[in-house]
Amino acid sequence: MTGKLVFENIKHKPMRSLLSILLIGVPVTLILCLVGLSYGIIGDSQNRTRGIGADIVLRPKNSSYLSASGAPMPQQMVAFLARQPGVKMATGVVNLMAEGVTLGAAGINFDEFNAMSGGFKFLSGGPFQRPDDVIIDDFYANQKKKKVGDTIKVLNVDWHVSGIIQSGMLAHIVMPITTMQEKTGNIGKISQVYMKVVPGAKVSDVVESLRNNPDLQDYPVFSIEEFASLLSIGNVPGLQPFIIVIMGIGVVIGFAVVCLSMYMAVLQRTREIGILKSLGGSKSFILQVILSEALLLGIGGTILGILMSYGAYWLIKTLVPASLPMVIVYEWWPIAGGITIVGALLGSLYPGLTAAAHDPIEALAYE
Amino acid sequence: MNNGNIIQVRDLRKVYRVGKVDVPALRGVDLAVKKGEFLSIVGPSGSGKSTLFHIIGALTPPTSGEVHVGDQDLSKMSDADRTNMRKRTVGFVFQKFNLLPNLTARDNIGIARYIAGMDAKPEPEFEEILKVLKIGHRLDHKPSELSGGEQQRVAIARAIVNHPAILLADEPTGNLDTENSAAVLEVLRDLNQRLGQTILMITHNPEAAAYGHSTVRMRDGRITDRT
Repeated sequence: MTGKLVFENIKHKPMRSLLSILLIGVPVTLILCLVGLSYGIIGDSQNRTRGIGADIVLRPKNSSYLSASGAPMPQQMVAFLARQPGVKMATGVVNLMAEGVTLGAAGINFDEFNAMSGGFKFLSGGPFQRPDDVIIDDFYANQKKKKVGDTIKVLNVDWHVSGIIQSGMLAHIVMPITTMQEKTGNIGKISQVYMKVVPGAKVSDVVESLRNNPDLQDYPVFSIEEFASLLSIGNVPGLQPFIIVIMGIGVVIGFAVVCLSMYMAVLQRTREIGILKSLGGSKSFILQVILSEALLLGIGGTILGILMSYGAYWLIKTLVPASLPMVIVYEWWPIAGGITIVGALLGSLYPGLTAAAHDPIEALAYE
Repeated sequence: MNNGNIIQVRDLRKVYRVGKVDVPALRGVDLAVKKGEFLSIVGPSGSGKSTLFHIIGALTPPTSGEVHVGDQDLSKMSDADRTNMRKRTVGFVFQKFNLLPNLTARDNIGIARYIAGMDAKPEPEFEEILKVLKIGHRLDHKPSELSGGEQQRVAIARAIVNHPAILLADEPTGNLDTENSAAVLEVLRDLNQRLGQTILMITHNPEAAAYGHSTVRMRDGRITDRT
């Protein structure tokens, strides 16, 4: 019967209920989108790193795991590393941010990189033919509506598209390393070096030997699997606190929306609360009715929030597929929902206690 | 219960605090109501009728004096005790019907049983009462779809569904036209005669008061006359 009363109360004021559900859903969507983007970006980086086909990566001195922009290492290191025991081949790559922080461009030695990765999968066109040629992946091509032969502007330079490749390897935009070094003032400099070990060699042994090489002191060396696993939310500076802040905002919004909505509802229903009390409804019963309504609004908001996160996912995938790789993280549904519902319940506590404390005679006389 | 009295009130006083001023609403009321009695209470506004009702109905505590309903002493009850008493011992009928607008007539009756800790569906025998009240065919309608007379009969059904010891009706015909007023008063008299339901009814209307076995007149917080 409590359920029926609560359900009928929600049905009685559909606009108030829908607005409350919508506003409760917003922080759920915010949390799910933020987490989805974080997981998506990290997962995309991991896939691209693994897609290179290398066994080992050597990073610049004192570099963070995620810093993939800039070229502080001398290119001669590639030849030096290729000569190290257990290393079959090495290739240097220049990484730069092409558009904002989400879209990376990479400069490569095409033949070296092809040998290491097993080759790009071209959907149209082919390798670089001219120094200003560029290869783009299908996500970028679809987002920018570009085809082979078109021109794109990256790093303030016009590039000619020579080929479109399947996404999932290294970067969305790939260009000749020498041209990229020239155009960006990084002649003879690289961002990192990828290595492949000789057949039969143990990757961990080669990594250990490189780490113990006195000439490579302070250069972080990782196996590709190790490096990919380091690309996690916990290792992204500031990301976890940011997610916590967004969750906090979720609680505050849920709290404020439900507090306001339920306070208005309690005011509107003062006489009805008096009726319930005249029938012997206890304080806990009245509180239960108000909390149940908030819980139902919270559940509705969570469901709507999840649906809206699918909407955001679809919009990103349709409009900007190459910039923000978002994924749906199911494990976060109960977390985002729980956070918001806690906010909603806290928000309904004050109106609920106010309602429970109503004097039945005054409540019955309320007009 | 004393001498067959279901309600026994002695030197009942109630003082309301309005701002910094004490306003006496009851100034020493003595009243005895026998089980099965239909008592009308009349008096001008501010005479203390409603306050007397609210105290007997356990909606508010007395300032001093004794109030016994059945074997329960209301003057010594806590707020939680009074809440419990309202579940089964007292049934209210109000001038403005006071039905829950979002629930159907059936659910308005059912919620009184639910709050009292019983199955929301009334016992089969209650069907007879619904026939007397002539609302059996209107139970699935919400209050906004019912006439004033129908709403008040639903309110009566809700008030008696838990078989309360006393039924308190505060101006039950105050919002009804003559025809519906007569119908509601007939229902109250019928319930009193058929079920032996004890009824206390506040009214301004002398014709309505005449439905009771006896009439108590109040003025300035005191009972002045009983006929």
